[in-house]
Amino acid sequence: MIGIVNYGAGNIFSLTSALDRLDLPYGMINEEADLDKYTHIIIPGVGHAGTAMKKLDQTGLVAPIKALKKPVLGICVGMQLLTQHSEEGDADMMSIVPVKTRLFNKDQGIKIPHMGWNNITHKNNPLFEGVKNLTQFYFVHSYFIEYNPTFDIATAEYGMPFSAAVQKDNFYGVQFHPEKSGAAGERLLKNFSNLKH
Amino acid sequence: MLSKRIIPCLDVKDGRTVKGVNFVDLKDAGDPVELAWQYAQQGADELVFLDITATHERRGTTIEMVKSVARQLNIPFTIGGGITSVADAEALLNSGADKISINSAAVRNPALISDLAKAFGVQFVVVAVDTKFVEGRNMVHLNGGRLITELETEDWILHAESLGAGEILLTSMDHDGTKNGFDCLLLDKIARSINIPVIASGGAGRMEHFTEVFLQTGVDAALAASVFHFGEIPIPVLKEELKKHNIPVRL
Repeated sequence: MIGIVNYGAGNIFSLTSALDRLDLPYGMINEEADLDKYTHIIIPGVGHAGTAMKKLDQTGLVAPIKALKKPVLGICVGMQLLTQHSEEGDADMMSIVPVKTRLFNKDQGIKIPHMGWNNITHKNNPLFEGVKNLTQFYFVHSYFIEYNPTFDIATAEYGMPFSAAVQKDNFYGVQFHPEKSGAAGERLLKNFSNLKH
Repeated sequence: MLSKRIIPCLDVKDGRTVKGVNFVDLKDAGDPVELAWQYAQQGADELVFLDITATHERRGTTIEMVKSVARQLNIPFTIGGGITSVADAEALLNSGADKISINSAAVRNPALISDLAKAFGVQFVVVAVDTKFVEGRNMVHLNGGRLITELETEDWILHAESLGAGEILLTSMDHDGTKNGFDCLLLDKIARSINIPVIASGGAGRMEHFTEVFLQTGVDAALAASVFHFGEIPIPVLKEELKKHNIPVRL
């Protein structure tokens, strides 16, 4: 069963609706003891990464999350929380994946936020099982995770290549919103629920 | 590559879709949930609901509708109409709306844009602008084009961007309803002058109008209502046509 880290960063109605549509049961994680109740953990997140990190810190869940050995999926800002540092609020993140979250550079002639459907090239990670390469996912973000070949499992291009998805051990992160990415996004959520570590 | 978005717009009143919709297979054309789901199946990239519910007391039905839509829909959607405060917007966000669109409330109280952007992030805030060409100038209008303001469209949009708008939905009232094509000149000028996405609206009648607006202007998305509702332009056919012109679309 999936546990959703409930730390007050953004609305999770769309995520729980997607899980309902997929018949994937879930519950909420409010404190450390709740982490034991679930096999798979989702860290959602919308809004400001620095603020989100502060809120997560206040729940006391950072250290227990870092110690997890079960599959964890960070979505959007939830993914950025897995990184070392974010330029948004110049804030230290959880440092699970040693990469940085940076602001898109508008001097590259791109509009910010990066909003809409963009295609991804993935590296046959189980998270993307059954998802064709160059499938589009729905993105909406102004900060991105720098491309690092060691942790990148899916790449998108916006002004430059960036990581649409990363993995380190049992920790996964996706920059797009699977809950808003049509059938492909639903497939990804289903794949996550089937991951074993 | 980032795809150009195709966005059907639905008018809703008291939680029901209004305006005739002519879909085969549709059991209840007034049911926004079923209609939204159909559009998602057809390949719409996003939906906009314009709430024309007249009274504030009936807003509860809108909230319920937004929740029902969010439960079923696996693509993003925006809701506009009647949002005048951060509290209005928050209720919609918590009901599953991805973005809210504000129009006259932003003109009357520009600080609302920055308040919303601070509270929920710029990606949540769409500023809708109705424009009409009057005596050689593009002027912002309210009340569906009936009420002229003192704001020049270009200036207002720049101001809205600086306050924290995450996207501009620009409707040309001169083109709206004509089915003669989008206002490509103005749309291109606006899309070049700002650094946030622009949704083109007003004037779509034939498929080539979509090709034109994407080839001739820097807009990111095109919105239309009747050509989609009456099945005059099926979305899958439109997207194939756009692809033929090397316009990036989601198929």
